[in-house]
Amino acid sequence: MKYEEIIHRCFRCGYCKFTSDYFDFNCPTYRKYRFETYSPGGRMWLIRAWLNNEIENSDRLQEILFSCATCANCVEHCVFKFSEDLVNIFIAAREELVNKGIIPPEVRDYLKNVSISGNPYKQPASERGRWAEGSIIQSYEGQEYLFYVGCVGSYDERGRKIARAVGELLVKAGVSIGVLGEREACDGNEVRTLGEMGLFEFLAEQNITLFKELGVRKIITLDPHAFNAFTKYYPDLGGKFQVYHYTQILESLFKKGALKPSEYNVKVTYHDPCYLGRHNGEYEAPREILNSIPGLELIEMEQNRENSFCCGGGGGNFFTDILGGGSDSPNRVRVRQALETGAEIIVVACPLCAKMLEDAVKAEEIEDSLEVLDLAEIIIPRLP
Amino acid sequence: MADVGKLLTDIVGKDYVSSEPEELYFYSRDPGLMPPHKPDYVVMPDTAEQIQEIVRLANREKIPVVPMGAGLALTGLVIPLKGGIVVDMKRMNRILYVNEIGRYALVEGGTPQGLLKSYLEKNYPRLRHSIPDAPPTATIAANVLIHGQGRLTQQYGFNSDMVAGLEVVTGTGELCKIGSCALSGDWFSKGAPMPDLSGLFLGWFGATGIITKVAVKLYPRKSLRDVEIFVTDNEDLVPEMVYEITHTEMAEDILIFTQPLPMMFKDNHHVSFYITGDTDEELEFKRKIIWHCLDRFIKSKDGGFMGVPPVMKPVLLESPQRSASRLADVKKGGGFEYSGPIIMVDKYPDCARKVKSLAEKYDLAYSGMGRVIDAGHCMMFAFAFAFNRADEDMMARTRKALEEVSDFVLKIGGLYWKPTVDEQRMALEKMDSNTRRLMKMIKNNLDPNGIMNPGNWEPGTRGWN
Repeated sequence: MKYEEIIHRCFRCGYCKFTSDYFDFNCPTYRKYRFETYSPGGRMWLIRAWLNNEIENSDRLQEILFSCATCANCVEHCVFKFSEDLVNIFIAAREELVNKGIIPPEVRDYLKNVSISGNPYKQPASERGRWAEGSIIQSYEGQEYLFYVGCVGSYDERGRKIARAVGELLVKAGVSIGVLGEREACDGNEVRTLGEMGLFEFLAEQNITLFKELGVRKIITLDPHAFNAFTKYYPDLGGKFQVYHYTQILESLFKKGALKPSEYNVKVTYHDPCYLGRHNGEYEAPREILNSIPGLELIEMEQNRENSFCCGGGGGNFFTDILGGGSDSPNRVRVRQALETGAEIIVVACPLCAKMLEDAVKAEEIEDSLEVLDLAEIIIPRLP
Repeated sequence: MADVGKLLTDIVGKDYVSSEPEELYFYSRDPGLMPPHKPDYVVMPDTAEQIQEIVRLANREKIPVVPMGAGLALTGLVIPLKGGIVVDMKRMNRILYVNEIGRYALVEGGTPQGLLKSYLEKNYPRLRHSIPDAPPTATIAANVLIHGQGRLTQQYGFNSDMVAGLEVVTGTGELCKIGSCALSGDWFSKGAPMPDLSGLFLGWFGATGIITKVAVKLYPRKSLRDVEIFVTDNEDLVPEMVYEITHTEMAEDILIFTQPLPMMFKDNHHVSFYITGDTDEELEFKRKIIWHCLDRFIKSKDGGFMGVPPVMKPVLLESPQRSASRLADVKKGGGFEYSGPIIMVDKYPDCARKVKSLAEKYDLAYSGMGRVIDAGHCMMFAFAFAFNRADEDMMARTRKALEEVSDFVLKIGGLYWKPTVDEQRMALEKMDSNTRRLMKMIKNNLDPNGIMNPGNWEPGTRGWN
């Protein structure tokens, strides 16, 4: 297994489970299940035990490995030099299971759907661009930026609304963008985190080939997960593009004065998407934007930035829902944290987070107190 | 025979009971070198009442019960030596109450050190507790149960001396309050002026009962804190240096470390002392007093102050010190273990020489560290060796080195801290026979069926007779 030479180096000291100030446990799976086996240290020791034939593959082991949200809290807080490889190790263990064909049915179905349909929703490619129909967003024909939406933005009802809001906002701000519509393919980030490296490479190469054919040089992503795949893994496969998350573009537009929303007297809190924050270090652009909206008061949750608590949707869990369910599920914990701030809106910058948190707001029955909105959805109604 | 798994599920709920191979594997071992032994069940209770029910069930079925905090003692104290039920306490992690004027905090039995530290910093910035350098997931209850030490140990004694009250489930399932809380709602004394019953549980490693609540004393947190290091290459002078520093009553904490790396540290003994103050004036006053108390060692050219590099200072001032855990990766192997006997301070030179000689004999990476306890009445000396978990030979050599430490400790009149089962036996064998009988009487009365963490302080095993 990849990283096998590192596995035994975990001391299981548990720093990885916490925030940096030890305010609370911040590993979403440990927080939910509470058995040490569901912590990063637990995974490290169990992977080693499995490789050494001290335990066998089982439904439980699969749940332990595939419930990891790959949120990288452990990477952030582990005290050892190999910390940066922790999530990679968990993905490598998943890859072993995938290669052996011994994976949870939910994971199998997700991978199968992406493999057959090109998306996890089993929808035809022709449906992929429907979200943009009737909008001011144009098809990509050599514009400055490709606006890459991804599977959730293309097929999920909530994701589509966010894709449209972000796309229209960019157009209104004068950004030259175009979308691929039915030509777009899955970015593969979740496929990769679920350990199916062959399928990931296939998807990545498909995208890279298309992007090159179309002369794409700059990409704006809706989804931090796609942003992660494009910036971290596509270059090694020959896909070197200038990639931005849409909040980074919006921030520059605010700085230039290209976006001037009207006053909005509201208290909001901001939820850091793991694949924008911890994985890619972008904490400030969304905050700069929010702080530029007149009247808006940004109240931070106790667990923010590198200590942000994951919504539980990463690592494929958005689709497999292995980590979901119950009052201790990460999304429900997170909206309770948001509610504690007194904010009326929890602002997100990721369609997966939006959906996860919106479901949690319903489950907690706090729809009257807390709304989940994407950054773009805050700005658009306040533009002249 | 009863279906114990079902009965446990009835008590704590299905999500918090496991007899799955994954949990049995993990909870059968700690990060140290002790051999593993599997439990039959792992449970995670949420209330003291659930613990009572678990203990009563265990008594009925004669099944061992092993309470566990973070499992970081390294000496196998929560390895279920005879199987049974491991009770992972960490769901019970609520901070129940802080009395600011009375300076104590009441927490549940599974509350991690880190949670209380963070809570106090945010809500009571003028108060602190004696946090150990164990990782922040180490629980407060388990730490006092093993007579742990922390950042305030030099001033106030073992962390167990700072206990202000306990709530425990005894080995027969009774819920019992210990200290002032037995008479009132206030948790300000664990015993005095009444008989101090906390000794029936502290130091027993869960062999007499399970702590469900613990009140710990809090102390002033000064807004400024600094560290200085006095270095000598003559270990024989360290006890005198400690004596002089403790005489000033100015140091928060005193640690003496000796280690071979980096090269500039080799063969030196670093007497590090921490000072605190609410003003620069207070801090500088304390600094000067301690500086002057060590003048004679500078004049005799036996030592001097080391300029603490800027990169090193935050590492030393951190609490808990992450660097303590990093020792485990010195050999890129995820392991270290230490024997930390409690010794008289005048035994520091013997211990410093011993740790070095053992490291040379067994070809191990080492660190020696003395922590002064209670104004120099005694000291914990850590014989720490890093090992590679993937290197069986290195692990075997580390075990041998630690076995030699076990023999050495008794020879120099020390006491084992968080002793392994073998060390418990050796201590019992050397112990005054009437003391041993008294311990046996206590154990048999509090745990008549011998179900509580069996193997630890267990009558009938070698050493008791």
